[in-house]
Amino acid sequence: MARPASMRRSRRVGEALIERSMLGCALLSVVTTAAILAILVRQTGEFFAEVPISAFLFDTQWTPLFADKHFGIWPLLAGTFLTSAIAIAVALPFGLLAAIYLGEFATPRIRGVLKPTLELLAGVPTIVYGYFALVTLTPVLQKFMPELSGFNALAPGIVMGVMIIPMITSLGEDAISAVPGSVREGAYALGAGKLATVFRVVLPTALSGIAAAVVLAVSRAVGETMIVAIAAGQQPRLTLNPQVPVETMTAYIVQVGMGDTPTGTLEYRTIFVVGATLFAITFAANLLSQRWARRFRER
Amino acid sequence: MNRLRPPATRPPSRTLEHGFRWLCLLAALLPVAVLGVLLFDVVRTGIGRIDVQFLTSFPSRRPEHAGIIAGAVGSLWLVGLTAAIAVPIGVGAAIYLEEYARRGRLATLIEVNVSNLAGVPSIIYGLLGLELFVRALSLGRSLLAGALTLALLVLPIIILSTREALRTVPRGLREAGLALGATRWQVVRQVVLPLAIPGILTGSILAISRAIGEAAPLVVLGALSYVDFLPDGPMAPFSALPIQIFNWTSRPQAGFAVNAAAGIIVLMATLLVLNAAAIITRNRMQKRLGR
Repeated sequence: MARPASMRRSRRVGEALIERSMLGCALLSVVTTAAILAILVRQTGEFFAEVPISAFLFDTQWTPLFADKHFGIWPLLAGTFLTSAIAIAVALPFGLLAAIYLGEFATPRIRGVLKPTLELLAGVPTIVYGYFALVTLTPVLQKFMPELSGFNALAPGIVMGVMIIPMITSLGEDAISAVPGSVREGAYALGAGKLATVFRVVLPTALSGIAAAVVLAVSRAVGETMIVAIAAGQQPRLTLNPQVPVETMTAYIVQVGMGDTPTGTLEYRTIFVVGATLFAITFAANLLSQRWARRFRER
Repeated sequence: MNRLRPPATRPPSRTLEHGFRWLCLLAALLPVAVLGVLLFDVVRTGIGRIDVQFLTSFPSRRPEHAGIIAGAVGSLWLVGLTAAIAVPIGVGAAIYLEEYARRGRLATLIEVNVSNLAGVPSIIYGLLGLELFVRALSLGRSLLAGALTLALLVLPIIILSTREALRTVPRGLREAGLALGATRWQVVRQVVLPLAIPGILTGSILAISRAIGEAAPLVVLGALSYVDFLPDGPMAPFSALPIQIFNWTSRPQAGFAVNAAAGIIVLMATLLVLNAAAIITRNRMQKRLGR
């Protein structure tokens, strides 16, 4: 049955309107990215109008909140690097072995139970992990390491490692599963056992995917905030000693965020400079990870 | 690729293989077991502290008088507002990408952008919220500013999970609807969405659970840890459960560590209930839809 032209037109207009509003929702994510970039760039620009870049890159002290101000980013980078390295050292062996188990040994039924169980590790809020690091783990570690300070890089690093295990396992297992069965069968036919097949055929073939998993985990560890803000301390220190208090980039932002720093001051701008550095590192790591992950998915 | 070489050693024995298999299983189970022990320890420390006084009191300088009410109510407000903002926008964006967008530069740009946003550290969203919502839009350190920030944070999660859900609806159903003369929106609303709702709901609940546990962005944009009133609207200053736990954890007195443990129990119990609800809804709806 034909409808009056006006009704058809209004329906078409309605359809177009709906499509436009859906497009608007989708574009909001692009606007979000643009806003993040704009804010970081603007505040960073204003910061460097007052502080020379050389002071940021070559000074070895970070003391913007003291009377004697230094703006060298290295102590914060060192703290971030240290906690992240410890986290990866914990997460990589556990995550990779778990991925091998899921990809090579587990029956579908065990897999169906084990995978969601492992995902629980990533579902616990980071504030809870922070409590574990400071209140539970540090006192236990102090029994073995009397030198260990109440705030340190070791305990939050370990706890953070536990948190990012599922990330390595999940992407690592994808990479292992993407290795074609015929490749394994070829290895068996040549007389290789299961172990030789896994270590000399499957893992080397899945290497780009495993690398992607590790880089993604690094990005996550570098950006992790509450665990280190609670348990690593607030002392920017250029050290690789895991036993003393340090401060990460994220913990510094929290420290300033908790105080009442007035807008427009140099102290206020420091959190955006640190934020921009953090954004650049995590963004580069995410891109790298996506590129490597694409390599094994395309195969 | 390397040249194929014969194995340097004889194939290792069965026992070695079995040993490795068990090692892998252990690597998968040990971290979960550690988490279990840690959570058990928290429950043991904090469960005795959970009583009516704790659940209905405001923060206090003395740990035994302190309570969780300001944080809990603040979190409820935050989660409600965040869901109200993020779920419609996220579902809309996903519908656009799955049902409307033609493969092209714009769709690719949005897709790449969403997956990149999912990897931005949450504290960066805090900086965004501080400059954009708190200062530029002069919302102040309000619930609304917090909820808008959390909404942007969980948006990529909702978009990605909704797209997954939409993809499970068979193509043929859409074509059948269009062939019967339905418009694209009619097909989406009456055919696709009803079938995809369980997946969308599960994804949204998971995104909301993420928002409940987030502390970092809220700290940066100025959530308070000492609040002795309940918010009276979206423009009120606020505290939140994780902020309260953060504050108690950071204090040296042992009494506050017990409070933090009790707060964690409340937080984890809330998350448990939410996730159980997500799973139950999904199963029920799937049964009803006969799948």
